[in-house]
Amino acid sequence: MEYFLQQLINGVTLGSIYGLIAIGYTMVYGIIGMINFAHGDVFMVGSFMALIVFLALLALGVTFMPLALLIVLILAMALTSLYGWTVERIAYRPLRGSFRLAPLISAIGMSIFLQNMVQVAQGARVKPLPPVITGGYQFGAAEGFVVNVSNVQIIIVVTTIALMVAFSLIVSKTPLGRAQRACEQDRKMAALLGIDVDRTISLTFVMGAALASVAGLMYLLYYGVIDFYIGFVAGVKAFTAAVLGGIGSLPGAMLGGLLIGLIETFWSAYFTVEYKDVAAFSILAIVLIFLPSGLLGRPEVEKV
Amino acid sequence: MPDAHAGAAAPSVFAVAFKDAALAALVALGLAAPMLGLVTVQTQSGIELEQHWGRVAIAVAIVFAGRLLLNLTLWRPGRKKSLGYVPPKVEARLARFAKYLAPLAILGAVVMPMLPFTERYAIDLGILVLTYVMLGWGLNIVVGLAGLLDLGYVAFYAVGAYSYALLAQYFGLSFWVCLPLAGILAAFWGVILGFPVLRLRGDYLAIVTLAFGEIIRIVLLNWYWFTGGPNGISGIPRPSFFGLDFDRGDDGFAATFGLDYSPLHRIVFLYYLILALALITNFVTIRLRRLPIGRAWEALREDEIACRSLGINTVNTKLTAFALGAMFAGFAGSFFATRQGFISPESFVFMESALILAIVVLGGMGSQFGVAVAAVVMIGGFELFREFSDYRMITFGLVMVLIMIWRPRGLVSTRSPSVFLKEKKAISGSLVQEGHG
Amino acid sequence: MIDDAPALPPELLLRVERLTMRFGGLTAVNDVSFDVRRGEITALIGPNGAGKTTVFNCITGFYKPTVGRLTLASKEGPLLLERLRDHQISRKANVARTFQNIRLFGGMTALENLLVAQHAPLMKASGLTVLGVLGIGGFNKAERAAIEKAKVWLERIGLIDRADDPAADLPYGDQRRLEIARAMCTEPVLLCLDEPAAGLNPRESLELNALLRSIRDEDGAAVLLIEHDMSVVMEISDHVVVLDYGKKISDGAPLHVRNDPKVIAAYLGVEDEEVESVENEISAEASS
Repeated sequence: MEYFLQQLINGVTLGSIYGLIAIGYTMVYGIIGMINFAHGDVFMVGSFMALIVFLALLALGVTFMPLALLIVLILAMALTSLYGWTVERIAYRPLRGSFRLAPLISAIGMSIFLQNMVQVAQGARVKPLPPVITGGYQFGAAEGFVVNVSNVQIIIVVTTIALMVAFSLIVSKTPLGRAQRACEQDRKMAALLGIDVDRTISLTFVMGAALASVAGLMYLLYYGVIDFYIGFVAGVKAFTAAVLGGIGSLPGAMLGGLLIGLIETFWSAYFTVEYKDVAAFSILAIVLIFLPSGLLGRPEVEKV
Repeated sequence: MPDAHAGAAAPSVFAVAFKDAALAALVALGLAAPMLGLVTVQTQSGIELEQHWGRVAIAVAIVFAGRLLLNLTLWRPGRKKSLGYVPPKVEARLARFAKYLAPLAILGAVVMPMLPFTERYAIDLGILVLTYVMLGWGLNIVVGLAGLLDLGYVAFYAVGAYSYALLAQYFGLSFWVCLPLAGILAAFWGVILGFPVLRLRGDYLAIVTLAFGEIIRIVLLNWYWFTGGPNGISGIPRPSFFGLDFDRGDDGFAATFGLDYSPLHRIVFLYYLILALALITNFVTIRLRRLPIGRAWEALREDEIACRSLGINTVNTKLTAFALGAMFAGFAGSFFATRQGFISPESFVFMESALILAIVVLGGMGSQFGVAVAAVVMIGGFELFREFSDYRMITFGLVMVLIMIWRPRGLVSTRSPSVFLKEKKAISGSLVQEGHG
Repeated sequence: MIDDAPALPPELLLRVERLTMRFGGLTAVNDVSFDVRRGEITALIGPNGAGKTTVFNCITGFYKPTVGRLTLASKEGPLLLERLRDHQISRKANVARTFQNIRLFGGMTALENLLVAQHAPLMKASGLTVLGVLGIGGFNKAERAAIEKAKVWLERIGLIDRADDPAADLPYGDQRRLEIARAMCTEPVLLCLDEPAAGLNPRESLELNALLRSIRDEDGAAVLLIEHDMSVVMEISDHVVVLDYGKKISDGAPLHVRNDPKVIAAYLGVEDEEVESVENEISAEASS
């Protein structure tokens, strides 16, 4: 029981990180219908930005942790957003409205570029960060079992929930969100109605990158080690999460992320660590075969 | 722009270009300052930052100068045609030219190892390029003809390689027995994996094939007792010349033909082997395009619903494309195993799938010639820059982006009809659908 | 062929019985029954959203009807269409169709389009591809025959000179006719046309009428068509079925249907009460 609860908490934490990345995939897919293959690498860049900013703050003598983390969060989001914006501007915008596979290849090229750029710039070795946030709570000591919830986990889950709420509000309530939904439905019509489509799409990439950088920061805090290659695996799993939840749906991305996180954690805990990715991917295949539009996606009606 | 206004407008053009370049430089500064300027280094006391502002300055300067130059030349306002535009007539002429170029290229490939100045390095590179040409042609059946986006093609390459390696290891079977078996096994896996997922459309199919590719790799990586796990399989038997080994022995290839032993014999043999395999792939694909199955693939790419209304069993048709593509990957895989003598899951990562797909898309989907050219350019170019190992992957990624922007439909974007009454006219790529599956 | 498929009277080709199709809460087709006779052109008409295309999609296997029986008298005996998968409809039942928004293979030439339609016989001739790849067996002969057949159809629709042009490059009217020719290349007993005259100019419309008549008279295929253009319907159809809001409101010869007050009301868009009042008037006249 305690083992189960412990894994549940670990799974939810991991799932939050996947969910945040998945939102970036799902928003971009929703609005321009492409897999932003470089998004996983934007997440990786985000984690590096967080690490660099954090170290810079330490060097500057900012040692009050809550303040430091807040600044790291904001700066990492800003800097990573710039990456997201640039990637869209260089690799995707010139290809908009052309052939479906062209942006996909261009995205793969961008992913290779980012990965290797970071490898060359920052070195190929893993970057460890000593635990920044320590401590936590223990539950159930009186009942005879122990479940640990670390402060990092609490921060991750709380931040994720807060960001989810904020972004859901942006999408449902603000003019930007309305513009996004309009572009999703019909880009030409939206443009005719005076919506700046290019700007809306750019902002979507910026939002996705910002969330990915938060996920990067959390990954850094949670695992305490990053390298230039973390983007691929995390990206594939987050995309899996987005598809699982129903691509194009924000709550779906979060749900998918949670499920992938939980599947992975429980599989590692009860079966074998080696095959955790196989478990996640198999679930994806099975869900898609029986529920082709994902868990919360709108079913696609075949127009004859 | 009329001449009278040119004088007055020129400075403003420059001013606009300058301002734009300055903005780009500012963005570059934002991107580069933390990433290039502050390097995380692990020291004994922990992890610290090292400052490298010189690199940032170089990056910003390159962006500024490049952008300014582009603004003043290619992107100058008033310049209508973008860089990638080739008039349809020219393109059609190029396509016709390609018809004569293809036999020439094949001839060149055949005589290349015999030329006196050809070095071993060139033959090795030729083998590598031809392997990718073959893989590209194989995937072209799936992506280019049938319009099914497969991001896990490397899985079948792996199945082929491991089939040969394991069959040779456990049953002592020779390469020539294993080659067809590897193809059949890969095709079999193609059907097994394809059957449940081929009803998925578009990007769903892409992500599931990607997942399957990863699953196969992870299984190979963790099934220690059977596949050797991350250590892979070594000592895979080298191919023989129809039973004659390439060794110094009296019954070896060299002795039998009265030649002096040379390690080059095997390399040249491998070269011709992969050339033959690739040409078989090409021949079969060209033949298939003229058969009902090939037309059904292309029709499927154009409009699946119409296909169904014409009595085409779309599931079987897709499965055949998937299985045949997998089969050629299987052949290529067993060749890879015998050439290397050693295989491990390292060789079958997602990057390989992405690379092969990039070759198909860059070449122009459906065009055999374009795919071959793309393989030569990508793999050959990549190998030529071997000395710049650090920067070559960066350049490689960037080149992929640039080629796509330059020619989104690939190098050869026209489609050539499979049959004609009077005149074979190239069909403009803009009319050809790319498939939804 | 299938035990519980009842034999149809010899003059009937297709019998639609109690066809109902629901999408979630929406009933697109509600309890519709009608017959299609051999050697006739049957028109299915009705205002927008009446459920005509849904009926088509049920007959051609793209939808599975919620309720209802669709019996087709095929060469091998009565067949229940609702039990066949979409691609079997063409192969086993020999029912071919066109689409409201043309679905040609745009990047393939007109000739290739017509060859794709002959997939099944060519596939057999190519020895399921295996013999074809090796170049043995009777594939080449079969392909020549297929090209001949395609040429005949290209002549009939006046596109022989454009045989080697991509279908997407053809003008709209030509695309419509090419799509019909493509459907005819599957040698159907029943040809279903979804708004074949939509977007045609008057001359093209006349050509279409002639083509459809020749299909009925020379090829012996029954035609079932959805059409908005009343002049086409009245001109060529032998039998008209009218749907409105998913229900059949009239069925009979063109003249009969044209004078049916329910049809007039449906097309003029009058309220239900008014229909009733019109009906009452007519019945009052009849009885007086």
